[in-house]
Amino acid sequence: MISATTPPDSDPTGRRRVHSMLKLYYGLNEEGKVVEQAESLDPCDINGPHFDPEVYLNKLRKECSLGELMDHESCTVKQIRSLDSDMQTLVYENYNKFISATDTIRKMKNDFKKMEDEMDCLSANMAAITEFSAHISGTLQDQHAQITKLSGVHTLLRKLQFLFELPARLNKCLELQAYAQAVSAHRRARCVLQQYSHMPSFRGIQDDCHVIMEQLAHQLRQKFRDGGSSAKDLSECVELLLQLDEPAEELCDKFLSHAQSRLEADLQGLEAELKDSPVTDTGGGLVQKTNPGSNHVSPSSSSMTNPFLSPTAGTDILEFIDRGCNEFVSNLCLVIASYQELFINRPQEGELASKKIPEMANGKLHVFVDTLAARYFSLVERRIQEEKGVGDNSLLVRALDRFHRRLQAISKLLPGSAVPSQGTEIVVRAARERIKQYLSALQTFYHDSLTDVRQALAAPRLSVGGASASGGGATSKDATPSLTELLTSLSNFILNQLKSVLASVHLFTAKDITFSNKPYFKGEFCSQGVREGLVVSFIKLICQSSRQYCESAGDRGGSTPPALLLLLSRLCLDYETSTISYILTLTDEQFLVQHHTPVTPVTALCAEAREAAQKLLNHYVKVQGLIISQMLRKSVETRDWVNTIEPRNVRAVMKRVVEDTTSIDVQVGLLYEEGVRKAHSSDSSKRTFSVYSSSRQQIRYAPSYTPSAPMDTSLLSNIHKLFSERIDIFSPVEFNKVSVLTGIIKISLKTFLECVRLRTFGRYGLQQIQVDCHYLQMYLWRFVSDENLVHFLLDEIVGSAAHRCLDPSPMEQSVIEVICERG
Amino acid sequence: MGFRSLRVFQARALTAQTAETDAIRFLVGTQSLKFDNQIHIIDFDDENNMINKSVLLHDAGEMWHISGSPADKAVLTTCYSKTSESRVLTCAAVWRMPPEWESGSHESPDDSSNNPQTLELLCHLDNTTHGSVACVLWEPLGDGKRVISLAENHVLLWDLQESSTKATISSTATLEGKGQLKFTAGKWSPHHNSTQLATANDTAIRGWDLRSMSQIYCIENAHGQLVRDLDFNPNKQYYLASCGDDCKVKFWDVRHINEPVKCLEEHSHWVWSVRYNHSHDQLLLTGSSDSRVILSNMVSISSEPFGHLVDDDDLSDNEESQQEDKGKEPLQDSIIATYEEHEDSVYAVEWSAADPWLFASLSYDGRLVINRVPRALKYHILL
Repeated sequence: MISATTPPDSDPTGRRRVHSMLKLYYGLNEEGKVVEQAESLDPCDINGPHFDPEVYLNKLRKECSLGELMDHESCTVKQIRSLDSDMQTLVYENYNKFISATDTIRKMKNDFKKMEDEMDCLSANMAAITEFSAHISGTLQDQHAQITKLSGVHTLLRKLQFLFELPARLNKCLELQAYAQAVSAHRRARCVLQQYSHMPSFRGIQDDCHVIMEQLAHQLRQKFRDGGSSAKDLSECVELLLQLDEPAEELCDKFLSHAQSRLEADLQGLEAELKDSPVTDTGGGLVQKTNPGSNHVSPSSSSMTNPFLSPTAGTDILEFIDRGCNEFVSNLCLVIASYQELFINRPQEGELASKKIPEMANGKLHVFVDTLAARYFSLVERRIQEEKGVGDNSLLVRALDRFHRRLQAISKLLPGSAVPSQGTEIVVRAARERIKQYLSALQTFYHDSLTDVRQALAAPRLSVGGASASGGGATSKDATPSLTELLTSLSNFILNQLKSVLASVHLFTAKDITFSNKPYFKGEFCSQGVREGLVVSFIKLICQSSRQYCESAGDRGGSTPPALLLLLSRLCLDYETSTISYILTLTDEQFLVQHHTPVTPVTALCAEAREAAQKLLNHYVKVQGLIISQMLRKSVETRDWVNTIEPRNVRAVMKRVVEDTTSIDVQVGLLYEEGVRKAHSSDSSKRTFSVYSSSRQQIRYAPSYTPSAPMDTSLLSNIHKLFSERIDIFSPVEFNKVSVLTGIIKISLKTFLECVRLRTFGRYGLQQIQVDCHYLQMYLWRFVSDENLVHFLLDEIVGSAAHRCLDPSPMEQSVIEVICERG
Repeated sequence: MGFRSLRVFQARALTAQTAETDAIRFLVGTQSLKFDNQIHIIDFDDENNMINKSVLLHDAGEMWHISGSPADKAVLTTCYSKTSESRVLTCAAVWRMPPEWESGSHESPDDSSNNPQTLELLCHLDNTTHGSVACVLWEPLGDGKRVISLAENHVLLWDLQESSTKATISSTATLEGKGQLKFTAGKWSPHHNSTQLATANDTAIRGWDLRSMSQIYCIENAHGQLVRDLDFNPNKQYYLASCGDDCKVKFWDVRHINEPVKCLEEHSHWVWSVRYNHSHDQLLLTGSSDSRVILSNMVSISSEPFGHLVDDDDLSDNEESQQEDKGKEPLQDSIIATYEEHEDSVYAVEWSAADPWLFASLSYDGRLVINRVPRALKYHILL
């Protein structure tokens, strides 16, 4: 009613405003209490409750001008008028509401009276109905019980009929291959039959059913075993068999053994390939072309192909892995997937759930996969091991990548399986093996190229020997320049090979390779494998093999050509100065090596290389010194110095010594810098051969020949020795030409001295030694760092010869000079 | 300390007086083509640190090798070269020192030319058919009745009879082979009842059985170049040391001749002489033409690799030293000292027969240096 009087669509805020104004007017707040408005105690507030017209008027009169008063009056009048009209409207509205309310109340009074009558009538009717209902139910009671009983019997009969018909129905199902139906039928009947199996008739049925179901199970198993059926069929099969209480374990086993036989076939295929390939592989892979007559200028072209010959015949590893992946791995994945579908991921219901089939099945699956994978892995590993040729690494890397990638599928299917990690291990092992192979390839390569160098050195050497033997003074003009070429070609050649190996190995860490982000390939492979295992090992190997040249050749007669020693020494020195740091920087950059484990520092390698270079050079000096020593020793030991004739010539062996020294000088000069020489004394630098000046000579030797003073014989030379430094004969040399030559000449002359002291000389024997020494003096001083050394040693030789002389009457210096200049 | 040098003539031949066990005495044979050669008897007075020299004349010729009898301290052999008809031949002879030499020139050591006495010739080891003699070896620990001479490529075993006045060849062996083979050095092994001999020719070392006079082993290429000298370890019967022109000293177990047991490379020129100390075989002396003498301590291959073994009797006496022994680490092989007093090639080094801590070295210029093993090492070995 109230809602009817208020305008339904009136603005709620507008209404509220009107209400509040009214409330204000009546002095009501929302609780209906009169509120004294404290703020409007001002008697001049026209709207306030304490409004005093008198005060207000006075105030107006006092404050306002006439115009304002006029305005105020008109305004007040206007407000009074609007208030008046508002009041009137309100009064009308309220009046209307009263009238309508009165009407409504009157109408309600009438309506209630009518309703009271109808209610009375209804209650009377209901009472009648209740009475009737009670009556009917009373009469129907008996019949209802009977009907219930009948319907029960009916159901039982239907069930019995179902049971009796069951064998026939099952048979029919069997014929129609509607196995699912048969199984569900049997399942429904099974417990009943079980329960009443003590009654013969039921027992018969049960037996029949049993036979039929046996048959059915047999068929199912047959179907299952055939395996040709689709996955869906299979799964249905398994489902049914499971429902037939077939032990799940057995089913799993059967399924797996079935799958195994198929996978075995794949593996055997692979294995067959494996058995074929070694034959063909050895045919192609182990042929190492040797290049006996290789030209020294082009060792690069000749042996480039040698150790890096790729296996040509047989299926390559990529094909093999491909086949393995496509056949074995994909089949395995299929098996795993369907197995999981069948046994593990099936919705479990009822009694089956309690048997914990998934756990059991999962265990079986893991064992199955592990054994098969193990066999597969062993095959793959065998195949990888056959991959000896280090030619095309990309093939292997791609094969390994594929191998690894395909195994990821298994890891997705079987999350807990160890197979993928084993696969990764295989890849890691293969990579390690690969590095070893590369190292040994580098090694053979290094040795081969050294052999090449050796041959290159040997070939011209022969011609030199022939030339000098025929008396040709032109020493090895053709051969010697090749020494520098050989060095550069050898070092370039090694470097290139190393780079290409690095590039090959780098494939392992390429971005698109799946296993490159494994921790091994990120860390250990780079630092321990490539840097340490390959690069550092190779450098060490170079140093080591160089050192071996010193040791083995030293005792058992110099089988190593001295030029090779020299060349290797320079090579090692170059390595020390630049190559090693270059190679290592290159490696570190290429492989972004993060050194988690301590690695060999560059300085250690450099030290090693320097040591090797030093050793080689020392050995070179020793070998060359020995060659000259041998000549000198033979020449002294084999001659009868007592009965020799008067010297007319310098002995040929001395000329040979000078020639050899000159050619050594040229040889060393090709590879090593000149070195520092002590300042020449003024007379020797003139290159006149009066260096061995007669005056000096006489002074020195004069006392030796005077028989009157035996104790003074060695006085002068001893005084000389007191003031000169001790000469270490086989002492380390510096890396320059002069030092090397000094070493060689020292060794030779010392040998000469010791041999002379073991002999006895006649007069002419002594004179011959004088001539020989003078000749050596003429030519050897220019090679050494300190010519006094040569003077000193030659003086000692002549002095010792004089001591060992039976008839010491020395030759005139002038005659010696004439002889020497002549020959 | 302990450095005494004595200038004589040029000389290569040095020996300790083997039979003399009281006085420290060395014999030096001079090498001069022009003057009368002498044998200088060097006595070292340890207490007063003095050297006394006596001179005996050896007028047969310059000496290349000298060796004292192990039984009679007055008897010695020399190898000397004799020039006749423009031919130089090295002969060997057995001599006796005159009994008066000790009283003779002893008072005036400086005046050696003052009428020295002459050696008394006992007998020649006649070698005219066999060629020059390289060295003469006395039977070690023997009665001075047997010597071996190595002449060219022959091994001659002599019996000395009638107080060494007569020498007869009892057996010979000859080294056959390509080229001109010549023995350079030899050593009579003190082990196996003195039935073995080791010789060196060129780069090979050979062992001989003196009973059958046949070769028992041969170390081919024992050194890279000529083998200059060898010596047997006095306490380990299969061990011998060799040295040569490859500047190396090598130690061999003659039962395993493929590889040396040990190799030293300390000298910077040919090594001419190697000697084991007679009683402490870890001490090894080498002389080289780099003018150096090196004393090495080769403990690891000595007969006492773990130091001196203390007998049970001594235990109670010096428990302290026993405890020290226990704490002692096995010694490392090391160079004990390098002696650089010589100014010319050192061709001979010898240990004293009387004092195991004393040794002499002789360089070509005739300087003889007597040195002692450093005291610290001596005590280390003894205690």
